[in-house]
Amino acid sequence: MLELKNINFSAGNKHILKDINYTLESGKFIAITGPNGSGKSTLAKVIMGIEKPDSGVILFNGKDITNMSIDDRARTGISFGFQQPVTFKGITVHNLLNLSAKKELSSDEACDLLANVGLCANAYLDREVNSSLSGGELKRIEIASVLLRQSPLTIFDEPEAGIDLWSFNNLIQVFNSMREELSGSIVVISHQERILSIADEIVLISDGQIERVISRGEPMDNIIDLHSCRKI
Amino acid sequence: MEKAELSKMESKLLMAIADIPGITPGAFSLRKNGKPVYVNTTPNINIIKKEDKPGIDIYIRADTKDEEVHIPVVITESGISDTVYNDFYVGKNADVVINAGCGIHNDGCTDTHHNGIHRFFLDEGAKVKYVEKHYGEGSGDGKRVLDPVTEVTLGKNATLEMYTTQIKGVDSTVRNTEAKLDDNSTLLVSEKIMTHGVQHAETNFSVNLDGKGSSCQVTSRSVATESSTQKFVSEIYGNNECFGHVECDAIIKENGKVVSTPAIVANCLDANLIHEAAIGKIAGAQITKLMTLGLTEKEAEDAIINGFLQ
Ligand SMILES: Nc1ncnc2c1ncn2[C@@H]1O[C@H](COP(=O)(O)OP(=O)(O)OP(=O)(O)O)[C@@H](O)[C@H]1O
Ligand SMILES: [Mg+2]
Repeated sequence: MLELKNINFSAGNKHILKDINYTLESGKFIAITGPNGSGKSTLAKVIMGIEKPDSGVILFNGKDITNMSIDDRARTGISFGFQQPVTFKGITVHNLLNLSAKKELSSDEACDLLANVGLCANAYLDREVNSSLSGGELKRIEIASVLLRQSPLTIFDEPEAGIDLWSFNNLIQVFNSMREELSGSIVVISHQERILSIADEIVLISDGQIERVISRGEPMDNIIDLHSCRKI
Repeated sequence: MEKAELSKMESKLLMAIADIPGITPGAFSLRKNGKPVYVNTTPNINIIKKEDKPGIDIYIRADTKDEEVHIPVVITESGISDTVYNDFYVGKNADVVINAGCGIHNDGCTDTHHNGIHRFFLDEGAKVKYVEKHYGEGSGDGKRVLDPVTEVTLGKNATLEMYTTQIKGVDSTVRNTEAKLDDNSTLLVSEKIMTHGVQHAETNFSVNLDGKGSSCQVTSRSVATESSTQKFVSEIYGNNECFGHVECDAIIKENGKVVSTPAIVANCLDANLIHEAAIGKIAGAQITKLMTLGLTEKEAEDAIINGFLQ
């Protein structure tokens, strides 16, 4: 469903993504992991169209989307949950969900979406999506805004960051049910073993390159070794 | 007074400024093309035409609760220049909503002016929510000009909430607001302005926090697009133990220009005054986020501005 061919990306004199080649099949749950600063978020942004690669080709369901705008990619079927949720002035949680749904959601519908990510909904609907919300709250609203789009390809950038244990368990459930229901694919960038352990495939990125692809079932300590043995 | 007949255009203007299609029950004063055309009073709210100059005196009895006053102004003839003096006397512990607003339709080539000079006198414990919308439309070259003046005198424990909105179609506006606050009184001002083309909007606030425990919160959100210009001046004088907070937030687009001049003056050691001002274009990350939800860049900008002025 998604093919990355020889993707290179540089910013500010730094060669961040180095010749990335990867094919993602549909219906798969993929985890991307790797050290801080290795280029995971950058890769996700390249897929979403937020960053344009210097060279390489991106195919989505066989179609070249390398030069497609962000919104066209969104409409073609790609969704992205930001590592750092964006805040707004005046846009409420309900507004944001409406914008994502492209229709006026009833309070009940909006509440259900928030309940999915463990937010006690009514108290949040009319709050502004600004920094008066806690980091974990913003993160969960971000996830809700992405989940509701039910895209063929959904990318989450560290969805678990800042989220408490209870909601984390919830999130795992959400991902599990997504993979059962969806014929599409989910890509989750994560450092969490529990998320890695439910993935069909783990892509290990280091220093802007795909260092390894580990299939489900292979022992996890391989990855931890790779992390801890790294000499810089 | 005679029954007011409203044309389709006038109803549309009323809708734009007060969310009502026509005359509603309750205290009401409608001014049309520079003349008073309809007045209704209630046992608690009296409206009396001024003898010496255009305008009305509005008397709200002490302890009046759950009542609304509508005082809309509509102008559909080109070239009208109208200055009105409206005084509001709000009795002790009354709690009311006042809906004002001015809608101008100018298809002609001469300018239309409306200046509403409003004075508010709130007795002890009185509470008023004042909502005002300014709106202009029309195809002529004649300008639509609104220069409102507001003077506020708040008695002990009184509260005035002022919500003013000007989103569309006013070519030039200079708004002057002055307020004097007695002990434990509260003034809350929320202003929303959006300008287009070569429009100009100017707002001047001068608030004297005279009373002990008085407080004032001024929030201004504005959007200056195309080649429009805006000026925001606020002066808050803390003359006693008091709290004052001014927040001025502006989004600029294209060649829009905004000048924000804050002044907070502490004349008392126990005055606590804060000013926050921010001017800038729409944050790129906000547009990007909404585009990832499938909105076009234009749709994203509109959603951000709508939210900002909501
Ligand atoms: N616009 C930019 N200009 C310069 N350097 C950049 C830019 N964007 C990213 N980088 C750098 O590229 C590297 C990869 O960043 P990226 O955010 O993709 O890392 P990451 O793998 O997501 O890390 P983390 O696990 O901390 O989220 C970092 O060193 C970062 O500082
Ligand atoms: Mg990252």
